[in-house]
Amino acid sequence: MTNTLAYHQAASRSAWEIDAVFLFITVVSLFFFILVEGLLIYFAVRYRRRRAEEAHATSDVRSNFVLETVWVIIPSIVVIAFFVYGYVVYRDVTTPSPGASDIHVVAQQFLFNFKYPDGRTGINELRVPVGKPVKLIMTSRDVIHGFFVPAYRLKQDILPGRYTYLYLQPDKEGAYDVYCAEYCGGGHSTMRAKLIVMPPGEYANWVAGAAAEAAVPLADRGKALVEKFGCLGCHTVDGSPKVGPSLKGLFGRQGTLEDGRTVTADEEYIKESLYDPGAKIVKGFPNVMPTFKGTVSPDDVTAVIAYIKTLK
Amino acid sequence: MKDTTADGVALTVSGDAHPRGYLEEKGFWSWVYTLDHKRIGLLYLYTTLFFFLLGGIFALLIRIKLLYPGQQIFSDHMYNVLFTLHGSVMIFLFIIPAIPSGLGNFFIPLLIGARDVAFPRINLASYWVFVAGILVILASLVRPMDTGWTFYTPYSAKTAADVTLLSFGIFLVGMSSILTGLNFLVTIHKLRAPGMTWHRFPLFIWGMYATSIIQVVATPVVGITFLLLAMERLFGVGFFDPAKGGDPVLFQHFFWFYSHPVVYVMILPAMGIISEVIPVFSRKPIFGYRAIAYSSLAIAFIGFLVWGHHMFVSGMSKTANIIFSFLTFFVAVPTAIKVFNWIATMYKGSITFESPMLYALTFIFLFTFGGLTGMFLGALATNVHAHDTYFVVAHFHYTMMGGTMMGLLAGLHYWWPKMTGRMLSEKLARAGWLLTFIGFNVTFLTQFFLGYGGMPRRWAEYPAQFQPLNIVSTAGSWILAAGILIMFVNFIRGLYTGEPAPASPWKGLTLEWQVPSPPPTENFEEIPHITNWPYGYTKRKTDGYE
Repeated sequence: MTNTLAYHQAASRSAWEIDAVFLFITVVSLFFFILVEGLLIYFAVRYRRRRAEEAHATSDVRSNFVLETVWVIIPSIVVIAFFVYGYVVYRDVTTPSPGASDIHVVAQQFLFNFKYPDGRTGINELRVPVGKPVKLIMTSRDVIHGFFVPAYRLKQDILPGRYTYLYLQPDKEGAYDVYCAEYCGGGHSTMRAKLIVMPPGEYANWVAGAAAEAAVPLADRGKALVEKFGCLGCHTVDGSPKVGPSLKGLFGRQGTLEDGRTVTADEEYIKESLYDPGAKIVKGFPNVMPTFKGTVSPDDVTAVIAYIKTLK
Repeated sequence: MKDTTADGVALTVSGDAHPRGYLEEKGFWSWVYTLDHKRIGLLYLYTTLFFFLLGGIFALLIRIKLLYPGQQIFSDHMYNVLFTLHGSVMIFLFIIPAIPSGLGNFFIPLLIGARDVAFPRINLASYWVFVAGILVILASLVRPMDTGWTFYTPYSAKTAADVTLLSFGIFLVGMSSILTGLNFLVTIHKLRAPGMTWHRFPLFIWGMYATSIIQVVATPVVGITFLLLAMERLFGVGFFDPAKGGDPVLFQHFFWFYSHPVVYVMILPAMGIISEVIPVFSRKPIFGYRAIAYSSLAIAFIGFLVWGHHMFVSGMSKTANIIFSFLTFFVAVPTAIKVFNWIATMYKGSITFESPMLYALTFIFLFTFGGLTGMFLGALATNVHAHDTYFVVAHFHYTMMGGTMMGLLAGLHYWWPKMTGRMLSEKLARAGWLLTFIGFNVTFLTQFFLGYGGMPRRWAEYPAQFQPLNIVSTAGSWILAAGILIMFVNFIRGLYTGEPAPASPWKGLTLEWQVPSPPPTENFEEIPHITNWPYGYTKRKTDGYE
């Protein structure tokens, strides 16, 4: 048992915080469990019928307003405490840390692809430097998968056709298991990866070696794709609007739609604009862009987004 | 042989002649065409108990595979099929119908003083629709399902297994469930005996009333969901396919909009049984009658608003997560009220521990534990870690098996003499109980540790550090199986050679104990007039008790 519990020792701020919530709920619940079961056992023993056939006198109490009110109010307060503490920590672990570096995750049956902004890729091996927060931008090629890092106590499903995010805070060096947590078919339980948290120096060496091997940086591939698919016919990269908005400074920009809603051009928005261009047209632009669904693969979308991010 | 009600009214029961009551008529067709709610209840009960054993065999195979961390015993695909079958059979063919359609059918009319349910023919039809559903589900075994009982898209839309057939089978089972729920609602409203006001209901009726509402309101949604899934598979309509503009998470919303309320279809009737058994064996009026009655309705209502807590890591918006987490915690309050009331009922009672009471106390013990472990899953932070791990598996086995199953067993041991006219062996019942209790805890308590330790559910193979606890869990499953085997030996023995049962072996005051065991075909020779609630168990000193 100690073996099982010790294996995924907490290795990140998120894990320490979530373990604290776990401990809090455990202590409070255990108190009420012992109280309730203690009374159950005490009453069962104290008020048992001692001699068969001979019932003793029993009480006729049928309700007690004060008592019943008290045991509505106390559990209500306790569960609100659980909710608030759980919410506060959840908000914390799902809020991006400033300066987090983006890493793309593309899941498929039954492996994880990792893509770094400089073009490095990895399969089932995610390397990050210790101390530097990471934002995982995740999507799936086929069915729903899950990204689960037990030592960080974090988990997020990975969906086809959408981006989901997970924020990692690599506080301790080491190699940590990553499991697929959403059932995805025959080889589900073999879909495992490693999160390798390295000392900065070692990481830099690895980057130098791996980057040299990588054919093209991700953003460069994106640039080639943007030219190849004729995007520049309508979108400039110098900031001036043409038929459509310029790609320069697009990422993170806010726009107002025809119906007054505002949208932010994040990964999700750019992907949607490629696959379903008419969905959210920014006010002032015509709805004329063709869909690139089927033409541009999810991997290529990733590259295009990386390119757009470089156009500041 | 004489028996008396608590009011001292003598009831004559001809124990020697041992009338067979509604079981008098014999022969195959007398069961196929029966319109008697008691016979239909028994048909449901035997059918669901059969599938309980089948689902149990699947569970034992799952546990055997998990003795080893690698590809031992049988293939990963076979394992995936087994956990899908275990879940589907246990949920759709056992735990949803067992108490409502089995015990509910048998006892709702008896407890409210009616001769039958409102629509006996629809009642029979619902049983045969249920059987038709079972046959379709069995036909799907040719290319057995490997999606898990949750059918998540897009995997379920893509797999080669026969998802369409299985989901159609479940569609039929759901139709049967709707018909039964509707029948019960009308019965409870229209067929009560004179004087049987709502606040004189036995609490089992309140539990069944809340259950029936959920069945009627929620079940159509799962029917629709499975139709959409079938259209996706057969005609390529992309409701859930992102490549066609659909959304796979939409499926999860549809699915849990039904499948969360339905856990209250499983637990509310069991809670009703506990509310009957505790006062009888404590010789005390139930404490807080109205609180227990209304909390059933509260649970049914809140139960419709919390489905999103199955989806905290699905990619749903953070705002939705926060709202669902908040609402989820409020299911705990009416549930806690019930537990406190049951325990308060035992205060200053005169308690005996026959097998129904043992199971009822076990229910309170295990269900409280299961409920409290739900706190970790309702809280967002801990849910993110525990979701889709063995922590969840352990939690829902504590509530469903430790809760609903124990409630069913309490009900079966309590009402067996009434249903069959024969007593069970108390010795075997206690032996079965002890092994079940020990085996259950060894099997599932370990899984909380596995889960928080990081072992995902639905994993055919696992990292070696999880093996020791898995071996313990599997050993527990064998103790559990031994307990259940003894229990079923007792049932079968009781059916054939059990001692003839008196009308009221436990001295209960509800109406079913006022008629012979087994009851005659139309239950009551004369419809009783109800003048009081059924929990007047108090023994006063002035009555000669000390």
